[in-house]
Amino acid sequence: MSNITLVNARLIDPEQGQVINGSVVVAAGKIAEILLDGTTSKPAAKGKIVDCGGMYLAPGIVDIGVKIGEPGERHKESFRTAGRAAAAGGVTTMVIRADTIPVVDTPEILAFVLNRAREECAVRVHAMAALTKGRHGAEMTEIGFLLDAGAVAFSDGDAVSTNPKALARAFSYACDLGALVISHPQDPGLSAGTAVTSGKFATKLGLPGVSPMAERMGLERDLALVEMTGVRYHADQITTAASLPALARAKAAGLDVTAGVSIHHLTLNEFDVADYRTFFKVKPPLRSEDDRQASVAALSDGLIDIISSMHTPQDEESKRLPYVEAASGAVALETLLPTALRLVHAGQIELPQLFRALSLNPARRLGLPGGRLAVGAPADLVLFDAGAPFVLDRSQLQSKSKNTPFDGQRMEGRVLATFVAGKEIYQRKKLP
Amino acid sequence: MVFDKKHLLGIEPLSQDDILSILDLADQYVTLNRRANKHADALAGMTQINMFFENSTRTQASFELAGKRLGADVMNMSMQTSSIKKGETLIDTALTINAMQPDLLVVRHPSSGAVNLLAEKVNCSVINAGDGSHEHPTQALLDALTIRRAKGRLHRLSIAICGDIAHSRVARSNIMLLGKMENRIRLIGPKTLMPAGIRDFGVEVFGDMRQGLKDVDVVMMLRLQKERMDGGFIPSEREFYHRYGLDLEKLGHASPDAIVMHPGPMNRGVEIDGTLADDINRSVIQEQVEMGVAVRMAVMDLLVRGLRAPTRAEVTA
Repeated sequence: MSNITLVNARLIDPEQGQVINGSVVVAAGKIAEILLDGTTSKPAAKGKIVDCGGMYLAPGIVDIGVKIGEPGERHKESFRTAGRAAAAGGVTTMVIRADTIPVVDTPEILAFVLNRAREECAVRVHAMAALTKGRHGAEMTEIGFLLDAGAVAFSDGDAVSTNPKALARAFSYACDLGALVISHPQDPGLSAGTAVTSGKFATKLGLPGVSPMAERMGLERDLALVEMTGVRYHADQITTAASLPALARAKAAGLDVTAGVSIHHLTLNEFDVADYRTFFKVKPPLRSEDDRQASVAALSDGLIDIISSMHTPQDEESKRLPYVEAASGAVALETLLPTALRLVHAGQIELPQLFRALSLNPARRLGLPGGRLAVGAPADLVLFDAGAPFVLDRSQLQSKSKNTPFDGQRMEGRVLATFVAGKEIYQRKKLP
Repeated sequence: MVFDKKHLLGIEPLSQDDILSILDLADQYVTLNRRANKHADALAGMTQINMFFENSTRTQASFELAGKRLGADVMNMSMQTSSIKKGETLIDTALTINAMQPDLLVVRHPSSGAVNLLAEKVNCSVINAGDGSHEHPTQALLDALTIRRAKGRLHRLSIAICGDIAHSRVARSNIMLLGKMENRIRLIGPKTLMPAGIRDFGVEVFGDMRQGLKDVDVVMMLRLQKERMDGGFIPSEREFYHRYGLDLEKLGHASPDAIVMHPGPMNRGVEIDGTLADDINRSVIQEQVEMGVAVRMAVMDLLVRGLRAPTRAEVTA
């Protein structure tokens, strides 16, 4: 692989928590050297020199929880379109969900999706496998075989088991093998049949609402099982203030627990649903503004570790329905970084800290080598202009499905180029 | 004052003036409806389609009669037995009906927001005849007309709404309308039937019926929405009747001239005592039905005035 030197960049280093001006030398797909501006050493300019024009260069995003329509729903999203969307969004590693049709619950299906990813995607793809067969919450999958076949985590996604005994066994078995379990904390009984978060807004719209307490109940149950079994545990989305004390307690008690949050719950609230806008229907439902602010604060404190896009493509037909019947989920691979930058522009989080949550923490949690801007790390990088204004036009998205809640909204910050293993896989416009 | 709405999807977007315009015109239609010749021509030549995705006898009959008395061609479509069962989406159904050039669509649907969705896709005026647990605007308007005629005013009244608030679109529309008209609203019912965040609507909430009814001018009972409940909101109908059913003893706590209302159909012996419901000195339940036709005539008349008004292009041509 040819060498490349990215000069004149503002380097975001999430490990050291700093932004420094300098250059990155890439060789053999890895970061070979980092040169700070002002030091005397000349870049060992072998190969192509790319002038970053003073823009930000950060480790590429590692996105846990991307839904791809393969197998089963390729009309919604394919590996090819998702791969392009990821590249355009600065996502260099997609960790894909198991909630496909059929479910990724055997090594054979896992091999199929990983093959498809290899054929179609320029970004790195890792796969999760289901924790239980068919995501039915009753019998555990072949966790050992699936690990051997490359599964990086085990998750039934939003199909929450109603059988704590089965879950306890799956957690124990996973613990034995050192596997990471990713869970959707939500009490299945309390949330059944609901479409929004309960409260004044739900009442006004006449929509069935779920109490935010359902998330805490789901989390508390999971954490009790984690304490019982010792499994490595990640909560996919913590979105309410009521869950945070339980999470803090578990971490303080030394349990191997991390938590994520979706970008939508950090940047939108329940009022955005407005007049039954189904593109704002996500799982769990958007929360109150108080809960959104609590989630942002928890992210900023490091209590919440990871931001995910929770990219969920849905076609128009499944969204153009009465709110309760409409499908949940939003595409977000391409809007993840611009919307996350809203938090930076609002002064709620610093850039290095943001990339801890977007890149470093998810890579660490999954045991992947990426997410770092350091010598020896894979040269998976995103170059972006943090201040570039634009209005999002959903028809321009690379995703096959265009169900973004941000259509027509003003954004500030845009990906200019994306590199995977030192190879430029996306470029917004010709760099100078 | 110009009534410039294209649709009537809910009470929420209406102003005080809008509400009063509808009620004033409805008063005139009450007079018309009591004559032998009940015909007017506000909708002459127009087509009104009633699309009911949820069972209804009373509301559908009321809308049908209102349209016919105004001279419209009225068609009733019972949507539960039609193409919906064949998998057609709501939007496709809307587009199909729209292509037949109706002037008015009257829609009832079991899903909150479904009528809003449908209204986006058609060219004609849409009247919400009840969507899920969201709104039922003509019911609130007919209740308002009934109150105004019985009490002589529609403001500064103390009004109790009792029973299953959580599942009731009638309650939501009434809370909205009576609040806009500056009345004091008291909600009475067990906590399980109170929707979350209801206090933010500027109402008082009572768990005890006798306290809640104290000195009110209007007692509005709601039907227990058994079909909307997924179980376990109340222990039994007899306990509900004991605590929240309206009888003469409980009504004794209200103002001596308080009127009793019910949107129907009633569950006698569950939320209201049968004798009390039939007491013509207290109950205005039959008047509500009568006002229903007049209010629906007024709403349709006002909506189509907008349709009939020349467009800007026609005026300048």
